[in-house]
Amino acid sequence: MELIEAIILSVLAASTPLLIAATGELVTERSGVLNLGVEGMMIVGAACGFAGAWLTGSIFIGALFGIIAGTMMSLIFALMALGFAVNQVATGLALTILGVGLSGLIGAGFVGERITPAVHLAIPGLTDIPLVGRVLFGEDGFVYFSIALVVGVWWFLYRTRAGLILRACGDNHASAHALGYPVLRIRTFAVMFGGACAGLAGSYLPLAYTPFFIPGMTAGRGWIALALVVFSSWRPGRLVVGAYLFGAVTILQLHAQGWGIGIPSQFMSALPYLATVIVLVLLSRARSGGSTAPAALGTVFVPDR
Amino acid sequence: MRKSLLALAAGLLLAGSVSATSAADKLKVGFIYLGPIGDLGWTYQHDLARQALVKELGDQIETTYLENVPEGPDAERSIEQLVRAGNKLIFTTSFGYMDPTLKVAKKYPNVHFEHATGYKRNPNMSTYSARWWQGRYIQGLIAAKMTKSGVLGYIGSFPIPEVVSGINATMLAAQTIKPDIKVKIIWANTWFDPGKEADAAKALIDQGADVIMQHTDSPAAMQIASERGKLAFGQDSEMIKFGPKTQLTSILDTWGPYYIERVKAELAGTWKSQDSWGGLDSHMFAMAPYTNMPDDVKKLAEDAQAAITAGKLHPFKCPIVGQDGKPVECKGGDHLDDGQILGMNFYVKGIDDKLPGK
Repeated sequence: MELIEAIILSVLAASTPLLIAATGELVTERSGVLNLGVEGMMIVGAACGFAGAWLTGSIFIGALFGIIAGTMMSLIFALMALGFAVNQVATGLALTILGVGLSGLIGAGFVGERITPAVHLAIPGLTDIPLVGRVLFGEDGFVYFSIALVVGVWWFLYRTRAGLILRACGDNHASAHALGYPVLRIRTFAVMFGGACAGLAGSYLPLAYTPFFIPGMTAGRGWIALALVVFSSWRPGRLVVGAYLFGAVTILQLHAQGWGIGIPSQFMSALPYLATVIVLVLLSRARSGGSTAPAALGTVFVPDR
Repeated sequence: MRKSLLALAAGLLLAGSVSATSAADKLKVGFIYLGPIGDLGWTYQHDLARQALVKELGDQIETTYLENVPEGPDAERSIEQLVRAGNKLIFTTSFGYMDPTLKVAKKYPNVHFEHATGYKRNPNMSTYSARWWQGRYIQGLIAAKMTKSGVLGYIGSFPIPEVVSGINATMLAAQTIKPDIKVKIIWANTWFDPGKEADAAKALIDQGADVIMQHTDSPAAMQIASERGKLAFGQDSEMIKFGPKTQLTSILDTWGPYYIERVKAELAGTWKSQDSWGGLDSHMFAMAPYTNMPDDVKKLAEDAQAAITAGKLHPFKCPIVGQDGKPVECKGGDHLDDGQILGMNFYVKGIDDKLPGK
């Protein structure tokens, strides 16, 4: 029982940054913009988040720094890809390279410093319930926020008029424009939201997961978040399933190795990615669950003035 | 056109991260680093050595380094750039730079190269590495003394001989103290991913390990062990600030003396291509202070270190029994020979796990 609880706790922690970053990217892509710079925005969020927490002693302000840093990065992308209508794929990749360099520069003075990590909830009575207590009532704030975030995004996209307009921009920007909606402004906000989420997701790593900063600590998680958006066929519900599935397979393969299950570890390490591909194939084969990529995803929109 | 563009790009790269001044009469020494200097592990230690070199011979030499150079074609261009910038002795500090270094070395016979952890040499290209498994043996002794559960946790990077020999040395030492000791091994299949290293440490502790050892580069595992009140060993560098009550010791890559020795040889004109595989005796690595253990364990560790340094104790002393129960052929007299250790691809008896790929 204790082991199961421990595994669930590890899975929750491993999935949270993926879920936050992917939720942000989902909104960005729903508006029709493909921002491949998630990894770059995350890593800058990690550096600034750590710097903020170290300078002020507050995890909350650290997370805020991460969000601001991610948003600033996304504004660079918005300026290039939306303002100057540069190719989105190239801009996104450039943003990642820029982010990796920037984070090294910002973080250079903070390498080796330590902070007190984000506190875990402790509600007397509730947190002590065996098995579910620590999972439901004993996590750090990021974990609960990630759930609230994805529920909020679902509500926004499918239950509000603004969400409908955002989706319309992603599916047919010309029509949305003809109807009088400011496509570029809406997309800019969507890109900024994606950047804020990526920055927050990045700051989760040095603030809660491994409370120190080292250059390169996101180690490709931004790319996994991007894959998760495709995996979810751009739906928030499936995104939650995908993020936790990925986290679970990652953690379980480590445990399987510890138990001495005789499968090559290289295969085990590839398992989460393999699972992603398999689910993608299954989803695209299912009749109703086919890919629902926004029709205008990645296309440049230049309104005629 | 394309070539000149590349050269321009490489030149800009060089200009960006180079710490150089120009003085014609000084010996120019170049370094190529795999990671960022701030990785607190592998590259960090190489740069500490470079700094030691500057401190020692700073008035006779000037050093240049390029960090974050990926292994592969970029490495070749970067090495060649260092040559063109006038560096006469170049250290390439990662296994994957082996072929690029050799290629450039053949092209520029008047420049001398030093490649870390490789096996290909040339009249103007040396190799150097360290016998880290000697330190792992000492760690095995300490771990066996300190474990309460009788289960050690080992985070491996890749199942290559360097890592496998470390696991075996640890286990052989631990068995001399507790013959039935267990080790749980998790391969992270990465040198550097703090999140995954932390997850692996959590999994090992959740499964009952109370002493954590690692062959990955970040202090994440140390930090997890510290959080959970367990013990751990550092890797590459001093990690005690991530676990003041956790770190037992750490293997420290101390390249400084070697770098100084080789540069002095270059200055004296006596540099020759060679293969250095030094251990505790030649200070190719050092052990961090033995902390968080009772005095008798500390003495045991210090005695073992002295015995290994003096050549009286060999971690791979025969007879060694393989996992399959058959004795391993002993090619080096009373211990395994260097070739067998450099190519180690089996587990010793008592490890009830399967080596990946076997």
